[in-house]
Amino acid sequence: MTELATLYEAFRTLGEDPGVILAPDTAHMVAYGHRLLSQQSIPGVAIEAHADEQGVHARVRVQAGFRILQPVHLCFGLFERFGVQNVDLELTLEAGAAATFWSHCLFMRPEAARHAMDARITLEAGARLAYQEVHYHGASGGIEVLPKARVKVGEAAHYRADFGLTQGRVGRLAIDYAVEVGRAASAELTSKVYGHATDTIDICERIHLNDEGARGLIKTRVAVEDAARAHIVGATYGKAAGARGHVDCLEIVRGNALASAVPEVRVSHPQAKVTHEAAIGSVDERQIEALMARGLDPDAAVERIILGMLG
Amino acid sequence: MSGQAGPLLEVFDLSLSLAGHPILDGIDLTVRQGELHALLGANGAGKSSLAYALMGCAGYRPQRGHIRFAGEDITELPMHERARRGIALAWQEPARFEGLRVADYLALGGRADPADCLRAVGLAPSDYLARPLDKTLSGGERKRIELAGVLALAPRLAILDEPTAGIDFLSQAEIEAVIRALRRQGAVLLITHQEQLAAGANRASQLCGGRVVCTGEPATVIENFKARRCRRCDGETCHD
Repeated sequence: MTELATLYEAFRTLGEDPGVILAPDTAHMVAYGHRLLSQQSIPGVAIEAHADEQGVHARVRVQAGFRILQPVHLCFGLFERFGVQNVDLELTLEAGAAATFWSHCLFMRPEAARHAMDARITLEAGARLAYQEVHYHGASGGIEVLPKARVKVGEAAHYRADFGLTQGRVGRLAIDYAVEVGRAASAELTSKVYGHATDTIDICERIHLNDEGARGLIKTRVAVEDAARAHIVGATYGKAAGARGHVDCLEIVRGNALASAVPEVRVSHPQAKVTHEAAIGSVDERQIEALMARGLDPDAAVERIILGMLG
Repeated sequence: MSGQAGPLLEVFDLSLSLAGHPILDGIDLTVRQGELHALLGANGAGKSSLAYALMGCAGYRPQRGHIRFAGEDITELPMHERARRGIALAWQEPARFEGLRVADYLALGGRADPADCLRAVGLAPSDYLARPLDKTLSGGERKRIELAGVLALAPRLAILDEPTAGIDFLSQAEIEAVIRALRRQGAVLLITHQEQLAAGANRASQLCGGRVVCTGEPATVIENFKARRCRRCDGETCHD
């Protein structure tokens, strides 16, 4: 079976439809390890990608004023037990463009593998981007995932990023996002991660509200069980009049797991306001009882609550 | 209601202390099949604690006494086993969940159609089924959804802890209709401060200081309560 077929077969087993990715009206890029398997541009979305020994390099531009109806798919996979996948991504949405990107990351049986993403994302004035990154990991836990993004959100633009790693073992995850938000622009970062066994989760997300009327929200939902570890840093800096930010972190801890959260809020303008809330603990007893009163046993109730939070 | 119907729930000498403080003190109570049984009492009389003990909530395990349901001693059964046997509780302050939709909640253990249950409590399914069961719902909306949730379970015994509290008076008729429907399915133990609701019951009991001080015709029990007649405290503590 070819690597492309393997990747698509994995999609099918996860309930996804690879036919959607291959549709002629859908822009996509598919990479397996350091090999570029497929890329397709469409009117309004230009994808220029190549691969070499260092990794996969991609420049993606959504042209000014284009509103892309179908999600752009970025698929990354590595099914070998040992390997490295470096991805260098430059993504630009020109003025007034709007698009949704779905990034699918499949690492099904790694023993000692690494996926590192280095993204530079620019939203020009009035652009709108929703970037959804979903990871499907196997049960081995031998994967290291290092997503790094530097994002600039131009005037009146909107950036939304959703990161999800709730299936399989996390392995080691270290998210490093920094977002600069311009005048009347907004950024929302949401991360949902479920750690098991000896998984290690480090999430560091920073939003700089640099200009008047900038808005930012960091929302983190993490559950850890067994001996998993999670350390969350959510930072928002209000630097201009009318800047508004909020950091919202909720972590659930089970078994011998360990979780910590450091919400950092800093305001350097008297008319800026940034708030934060963080809660770490076991599942709310009242919630468990409410579900037990509907016939769920305690374990099923806890699992339902956690999956709801991460859903 | 003939009064000949057999007992569905029987509570014998149930006593419960929390942190050394007596909450329930030798409760004896029977709810018959097909009965709407109202439970009256001042704040702190032990009404909600009794509901939690009957449902099997953690921390409300009685130190003394027994609970029989449909002829089976359920005193030692965990909460989910009591639920599976047909006991349901509409919480006075229902829990909220992030990521759990109303439709998901109603479907958990549910036998009846969630949309029908929402309609029964006066909520449009198209407006509510997909909504998260979180803080975006008002207190009244959450209470109605809780009642719909109990309806969905089609329980043999529904314990309703102040189901109309926080609900606008225009919707009271709908709530009363739901209570009647639940009674027809099995029986209802209704905790309420509303005289009108209690008056519609088949029987009523008055609690004071964790004891049942009066059981009988609702009119008699209500009159007792309003007249501050209480054999335990002589009206000193069992009123708001």
